[in-house]
Amino acid sequence: MDETIKFKLNGKDTEAKIDPTQTLLWVLRNHFGLTGTKFGCGTGFCGACTVLINNEPVRSCQLSAGDAAGKNVVTIEGLATNGNLHPVQKAFVEFDALQCGFCTPGMIMNATGLLLKNPSPTTQEIKDGMENNLCRCAAHLRIVEAVESASKEMKGGK
Amino acid sequence: MKNEKHLHPDEMTADMPVGMERRDFFKILGGGIIIFFRPWSAVEAIAMPAEQGRSLPKDYNAFLRIAEDGTVTCYTGKIEMGQGIITSLPQMMADELSVSLSKIKMVMGDTDLCPYDQGTWGSLSTRVFGQFMRTATAEARGVLLGLAATQWGVPVNQLAVKDGIITDSKNPARTMTYGQLSKGQKIEKFLDVKPVMEDYSKFNYIGKSYTHSDAVLKVTGQAKYTGDLKLPGMVFARILRPPSHAAKLKSVDISGAEKVEGTKVVRDGDFIAVINENHDKADEAIVKIKAEYTFNDVAVNDKTIYDFMLKADASVSVLRSVGDIEAGRKQSVKVFESEYHDPYLAHTAIETHTALAQIEGGKLTVWASTQSPFGLKDGLTRELGFPADKVRVITPFVGGGFGGKGEYQQGIEAAKIAKLSGKPVMLVWTRDEEFFLDTFHPAGVVKIKSGIDKSGMISFWDYNLYFSGSRGSETLYDVANSKTTHHDEKRGGTQVHQFGTGAWRAPNNNTNTFAREVQIDIMANAAGIDPLEFRIKNMKDQKLLDCLKAVADKFGYKPGKTPSGRGIGIALGTDAGASVAHMAEVKVDKNTGKITVLRVACAQDMGLCVNPQGATIQMEGCIMMGLGYTLAEELKFEGGNIKDRGFDSYTIPRFTWLPKIETVILDRQNQPPQGGGEPAIIAIGAVVANAVFDATGARLYNMPFTPERVLEALKKV
Repeated sequence: MDETIKFKLNGKDTEAKIDPTQTLLWVLRNHFGLTGTKFGCGTGFCGACTVLINNEPVRSCQLSAGDAAGKNVVTIEGLATNGNLHPVQKAFVEFDALQCGFCTPGMIMNATGLLLKNPSPTTQEIKDGMENNLCRCAAHLRIVEAVESASKEMKGGK
Repeated sequence: MKNEKHLHPDEMTADMPVGMERRDFFKILGGGIIIFFRPWSAVEAIAMPAEQGRSLPKDYNAFLRIAEDGTVTCYTGKIEMGQGIITSLPQMMADELSVSLSKIKMVMGDTDLCPYDQGTWGSLSTRVFGQFMRTATAEARGVLLGLAATQWGVPVNQLAVKDGIITDSKNPARTMTYGQLSKGQKIEKFLDVKPVMEDYSKFNYIGKSYTHSDAVLKVTGQAKYTGDLKLPGMVFARILRPPSHAAKLKSVDISGAEKVEGTKVVRDGDFIAVINENHDKADEAIVKIKAEYTFNDVAVNDKTIYDFMLKADASVSVLRSVGDIEAGRKQSVKVFESEYHDPYLAHTAIETHTALAQIEGGKLTVWASTQSPFGLKDGLTRELGFPADKVRVITPFVGGGFGGKGEYQQGIEAAKIAKLSGKPVMLVWTRDEEFFLDTFHPAGVVKIKSGIDKSGMISFWDYNLYFSGSRGSETLYDVANSKTTHHDEKRGGTQVHQFGTGAWRAPNNNTNTFAREVQIDIMANAAGIDPLEFRIKNMKDQKLLDCLKAVADKFGYKPGKTPSGRGIGIALGTDAGASVAHMAEVKVDKNTGKITVLRVACAQDMGLCVNPQGATIQMEGCIMMGLGYTLAEELKFEGGNIKDRGFDSYTIPRFTWLPKIETVILDRQNQPPQGGGEPAIIAIGAVVANAVFDATGARLYNMPFTPERVLEALKKV
């Protein structure tokens, strides 16, 4: 049964008449056309579908659309501001921290959530915090370097 | 609120409508100069496996176009899946045409627009295709200069070109851009291309590092993969799958599925699918189908497969033989006999196999995540009965392949459902389907008998390979008496593999390099010689010797007899025309059996390196991905039933596994380019096994080196 759900999506107040039991992932992709959030496993094990809800990185394949009601949802499309890449996005480009790019949005959202919580992570804390996001191309080395660099940039310099 | 950035698939190729005939290029694209060339020649034919042979096309195909605005567009059947050719191929073109990189656009993997290509695999894009492209581009430049010379009435050798601007050297004020030259032109040139050797050091773009040109698209979520497309009226599909590859449908009740709101069931014999505009409802419906099966599974599993292989009725062929094994054995002071096991591996690209199929006006268009757009086109023609000129395959960005997307079953399935339902169909394999229907890296057994003489030289090498492929099975060392024998499936013999197998990054070379390099290490240890020195002593291949020296320098290697307790290993190999040598340092927890890889260094000779940063990224990826098959990956199965169906039980490398990685690319600007996406993965199993021996004295013969296997090996020390 469709219901009207209200929430904040990428900074804008949004409402949608949808079946609230649908997974948030497919509502974002298919209803809102926000296809940067990827389907990788549908069981919460890969992290390709990671979005921020109230600044917390979550697996959108494990939530229903109804879970987002009243909350602040940010997807990869909402990270850049006024056409400027977010520092984490910028660092991923600078460090060439991607190959096929399919896990990249989930990596960036997870890293952003990590840095919001811990602005000065150690290398080990970055690895631990990114542990459950999977990358089969194995770009791990550059992803860690990119997150380290973004952390410095977000604190306003070296 | 609908997001306007949602792209219609037709926008993927901008101004190019569906179903364009090649001869209509000018009508569609406007003027310009189009260089056609024969993309297929004896040389490229040699580089592909014989079974993929195909008659030569009778036609020339569009290859590159110089438009009136000076843009150069390259049309290629190759696809981008993270290996970075979307960046490196334009580098090669920019140099030959003397234009800036920003002027070059790529149109990839569209069967209506691009010349035939057998598929993106085997590290062929740069070393074979790139060479044709570079040579054809050089000829294109000749064509452009010829046109300018005619217009100005001056000899061609009087002209110079830089950044796409042609200058008359006797009258430097007289200049013309490629764009101006193409203006109002409708010129087609047909070239037969033979790649020529070049002095690559003269180039501006080749040999320099560039960041992936698609990086911004990929960090913003704008890069479109197949699953990101949407057509009006599109439905999501799920297909009824048997529980085992050896199961046959006995009876089925679809009534439950039909009760799920908005669901339609389509059926053609045992092929049963549900469709729904709502993705989740299709998921809900498919599990409501009640099906019963008969089973015909062979009694073999991931533990017994090796014994099964050794007892199988196989075809036996000698791949290479030099000298006399028996004579070599008689010269030996020590003889060694070992058996090595390598399991089945899954590809597990994070993007599952995905396809969108649409039938409109008698024409079938399929967008698919595939390494083989033309293979899929042939498959669609064959299995759906559409004539070839009514089938188009388009390949958006591919979310990882590793060999697993050389297959394209999902494209055929989506097209079948589109035909049965009359609707555009999006099929996204679930992770469970991705595991079940994968074409796995085949398990294999290698048995090696070898010996050393009293001076520590390898006296004979008798190499027997069972049911894995032969890539990388070359002896590599300088052995007077050696023989390589392949035991493989034969018609009417034992069917060994219970499910599909296929190419997995550097197909089978991981198996062969593991076995060879551990056996070499065993002999070095028995001879009481440092393993680096033993390799150098028994090696004549200069490229490998150079790699060994480079990696030892980078690593800061100090000689010592194994096991030294330091946990340092060495291994080497060749793949896709490239040579690699690795060194690694590991730590082994003797209580738990857990291996921690601390450091991996790799030196690679890949001939000319077009984009050093791109190549370095590939090497880093190979090393990290290689830790997966080395330490954890092993597909569990029982007969035709794949037991690993997700990332919960099948472990791939994660961030905390990351060792210190050091890479060296040997400077080979005077050599033709070789493969770069695969070679550095081949020796990871061996280098870690040899490092574990150096740390503990425990010898590992079976991959992956799980804590249980390490503890077992430690008991034998």
